[in-house]
Amino acid sequence: MSVNYLNHDKSIKSWIYTLDHKRIGIMYMVAVSLAFLAGGILALLVRTELIAPGETIMAADTYNQSFTLHAVLMIFAFIIPAVPAVMGNFVLPIQLGAKDVAFPRLNLASFYIYLAGAAIALTALVVGRVDGGWTFYTPYSARVGDGILFITAGVFVMGFSSILTGLNFIVTIHKMRAPGLTWNRLPLFIWSIYATSIVQVLATPVIGITMVLLFLERLLGIGIFDPALGGDPVLFQHFFWFYSHPAVYIMILPAFGIVSDLMGTFSRQQVSGYKFVALSSVAIAFLGFLVWGHHMFVSGQSAVSSIVFSLITYLIGIPTGVKVINWVQTMYKGSVWLQTPMLYALMFLFTFSIGGFTGVMLGVLAIDVHLHDTYFVVAHFHYVMMGGNVIAALGGLHYWWPKMTGKMFNETLGRIAAVLVFIGFNTTFFPQFIMGAQGMPRRYYDYLPEFTNLHVLSTLGSYILGVGLFLIMFYLIHSLFRGKKAGPNPWGALTLEWTHTTTPPHPHNFEETPIVTRGPYDYHLAPELFGGDGASGDGHKHEADISVADSGASV
Amino acid sequence: MGENGIWLPNASSSLAGEVDSLFWFVFWVSTIIFAMVVLAKLYFVFKYKRKSESEVPQPVHESKLLEATWIVVPTILVLIVFTWGFDVFVKLSSAPPDAYQITVRGKQWVWEYEYAEGVVTAQDLYVPAGRPVKLLMSSVDVLHSFYVPEFRIKHDVLPNRYTTVWFEANEPGEYQIYCTEYCGTAHSGMLGKVIALREDDFQAWIIEQSQDMPPAELGAQVYNVQCSVCHAIDGSRKIGPPLNGLFGTERAFTDGSTATADESYIRDSILNPGSKIVEGYPPAMPNGFGTLSAKQLDGLVAYIKTLE
Repeated sequence: MSVNYLNHDKSIKSWIYTLDHKRIGIMYMVAVSLAFLAGGILALLVRTELIAPGETIMAADTYNQSFTLHAVLMIFAFIIPAVPAVMGNFVLPIQLGAKDVAFPRLNLASFYIYLAGAAIALTALVVGRVDGGWTFYTPYSARVGDGILFITAGVFVMGFSSILTGLNFIVTIHKMRAPGLTWNRLPLFIWSIYATSIVQVLATPVIGITMVLLFLERLLGIGIFDPALGGDPVLFQHFFWFYSHPAVYIMILPAFGIVSDLMGTFSRQQVSGYKFVALSSVAIAFLGFLVWGHHMFVSGQSAVSSIVFSLITYLIGIPTGVKVINWVQTMYKGSVWLQTPMLYALMFLFTFSIGGFTGVMLGVLAIDVHLHDTYFVVAHFHYVMMGGNVIAALGGLHYWWPKMTGKMFNETLGRIAAVLVFIGFNTTFFPQFIMGAQGMPRRYYDYLPEFTNLHVLSTLGSYILGVGLFLIMFYLIHSLFRGKKAGPNPWGALTLEWTHTTTPPHPHNFEETPIVTRGPYDYHLAPELFGGDGASGDGHKHEADISVADSGASV
Repeated sequence: MGENGIWLPNASSSLAGEVDSLFWFVFWVSTIIFAMVVLAKLYFVFKYKRKSESEVPQPVHESKLLEATWIVVPTILVLIVFTWGFDVFVKLSSAPPDAYQITVRGKQWVWEYEYAEGVVTAQDLYVPAGRPVKLLMSSVDVLHSFYVPEFRIKHDVLPNRYTTVWFEANEPGEYQIYCTEYCGTAHSGMLGKVIALREDDFQAWIIEQSQDMPPAELGAQVYNVQCSVCHAIDGSRKIGPPLNGLFGTERAFTDGSTATADESYIRDSILNPGSKIVEGYPPAMPNGFGTLSAKQLDGLVAYIKTLE
C-alpha cells in the first residue's frame, strides 16, 4: 500500500501532535460524532417521555434538563463545528490545491480548545442542574443553580475554537489557492465555507461577551439582565439572538456548499446560477446579522423593531429560495446518478424547502404571534437544522467517506438507511407542525390529551430515524474493516481532492502543486472521468460485495 | 381535532378569522410552490436519470429571463404577505380605548388576575364575551408568556415592565390558556381557561366574588387555583409534599432539623418556601406567593388545617 496520511505514522503521539488538516478533521469527526450520539440518545429519551401525557419514564425536572442538554450538545458541540471543522478541515485545503491550512498549529489548537470547552460544559452534569433551554433566557437561567455557569463557560471556550477555525479558513482561501484557481473557479463548497467563516469570526465574540456578562451578573451580582438587580431580560435576548441568528447561518451555509457540490457531481452538469449561489451565500452571511429581532416579535421589543425585522427577514428568504430552484435546475439536461450521497442531496431539497416555507410563515408578524414558542417553531427549526444541515452533512459524509478512509461503504445499506432517515425524520417532525398550529407549546413536560395521537406518531418516527442513523453508523464502521478499497475518484468528480490526490490522500496532499485549468463543474471538458473509476469498487457497475444478508450473518 | 380542520384551533375572537385568512393564504401559496418544486425535481430525476456510461451532458445556457422570474415573483409575493401581516399585527397590538382592563400577574406556576372591582382570582380568567378585554401583564419572578390559541394572541410577560394583549371573545365559552415561555419545573402545568360569560352573567360573577366567604372556603378556592399544580390533598406525591394530614405533625427537614406543622409553620412555608425544605423533596417552590392578600393567606392556613 502506498504512503498515505493514515499509514505514514501510526503512533498515538503522531495523532495527538498532528498538524495535518486531514487528521485534525478526522479527530473532529470522532468528537462531534460522540456529541451527536449523546444528543441523539437524549432526543430519544425526550420523545419517549412524550409518548403519553403525564409521567412516562422521567420526572419533570429530569425532562427539562434532558431537552436543555440535548439542544446544547446538538447546537454548540455538534452542528456548529460539524461541517466546517470536519469536512472544512479535511476537504477545503485539498480543494484549494494547498498542502495544509494557513496556520496548522492554530488549527490543532482549535481542536483542543473545542475539547476543553466541551469538557467544561459537561462538568455541569456533575455539578448541578442544566436547565432553562439552550436559549438561557434570563432571569430564569440566572436562578437555577450552578450547572448553567459551566455550560456558559463551555460555550464561551468553544466559541474561540469556532473563531480560530473561521480565521484560518478565510486566510487559507485568500492566500493558498492553487495557480489557476480563480474566485470564479472555486468549488461552491469553498464559497459556502468562506461565508460561514465570516459569520464565525464576526458573530461568535458576541455570544462570548454575553456569556461573560451572564457570568459577572451571577458571580458578582452586577445587574445586567436580572430585573431583581436592575437589569433587563430583553437585553439578554437581543444579545443572545444577535449571535444565535447568525449562528443559524454557521449551521446552514456549509450545507448549501455540500449540496451544490453533490448536485453538480451527481448530475454531471454545471451548477445552475453558479455566481448567484456563490455570492448569495456571502450576502446571506451579512444580512444574517440584521434579522435577530424576528425571534422577539412577542417578547416586549417595540412594534416598530418587529416590523423592520420582519421585512429584512424576507430579504434573506428570497435568495435562499432561488438557490433551491438553482439546485433543482442543475439536474436539467444532466445525467443524474442516484448514489447514496445524491439521495441525501435530493432529500435536502425536500426537507429544507419545508423548513424554508414554514420560516416564511413564521416571519409574517401576525401569524408568528400565534405560532411563536409552539411546536411549529420546534418543527421548523428541526426541518432547517436536521433537514438542512444534518441531511446535507450525511450526504457530504458519504461523498467524502471513500477519500477520508480509502474504503467504500455498502451502497445497498446506504440506500436503505437513507430511506429510513427520510421516513423517520418526516414522521417525527411533520406532526409537530400540526400540533404547534393547534397551540401545543414547546418545552412542555406534560400535555393535554387531545395532542396524544400526534405525539405518539412523532415518537414512533423518532425511533425509525434512530434505527436509520444507527444503521449508518454500523455500515460505515463496518466498511473500515471489510469495505472495498476505493479508487482515487469513485464518483467521477472534478474538484482537486478527487482528480489530483490518491485515496486516501498523501500526507502532503499532492506530489506537485496542481494547476487548475477549468471550472469546478465543467464535466463536459472531462468526459474521461465519467462514472468514476468504477473498477475500484464504487458500487456502480456491480454493487459492493457485502449484501444485507451477509452483513447480518457476520454480526 | 376542532371544527376548523386539523391545522388550526377554532377561531373564537374578533381577530382570529383575520389571522386565519392570512395563514391560509401563506399556507396555500407555499404548498403550491413547494409542490411545483418537488414535481420538477422528481421529473428531472426520472427524465435525466443516468442511462449509459458514456453520455456527456453539455452545459445548459442559463436563461436570464427565467432567473429574473425566480427573483421577481417571490419578491412580489412576500411583499404582499409582509404588508398583510403588518396590517393584522397592528390590529392585534392596538386595544380599543374602551376595552375592559384586567391586571394579570404571571408567577411560577400560576396566572393571577386582579379586576378593577377589587376581585383577585387565579388560573381561570373570567371575562365578558362580546366586549374588548385588555390585559395589563407583568411577572413577579421569571419570564412567562400568555397564550390563548383560539384567540390567536400571545405576549411575553416580563418582571420589569408591563406588556399588554387584548381580545374580544365572540361567544361565551371556555378557551385554553398556556404559558409559552419556559419558566421551570411545572412550566407545562401553568395552564388555565379563559371563561367568557354573557355580560349579565359576568356582572353577577363579579358581585359573587366580591362577597366575603368563610376563611376555609376562601382557602379551598385559593388552593385549587394556586397550589394544586404542585401539592396534592389525597396523600400522593406531586412536585411538593401533599397537604392533607399535615397540620400538627412533626416535619423533618433536609438540614436535619424538625418542627411541628402549626399555623405559623404553614404561613412561613408559603411566604418563605426556601427556609425549610421537607426531607425527600427538592427546593422547588417559587417565592411568588407574597402576592396573596392577608385574607387569602389566613384562609389558606385555615383550609390546610381542615385537610385530613
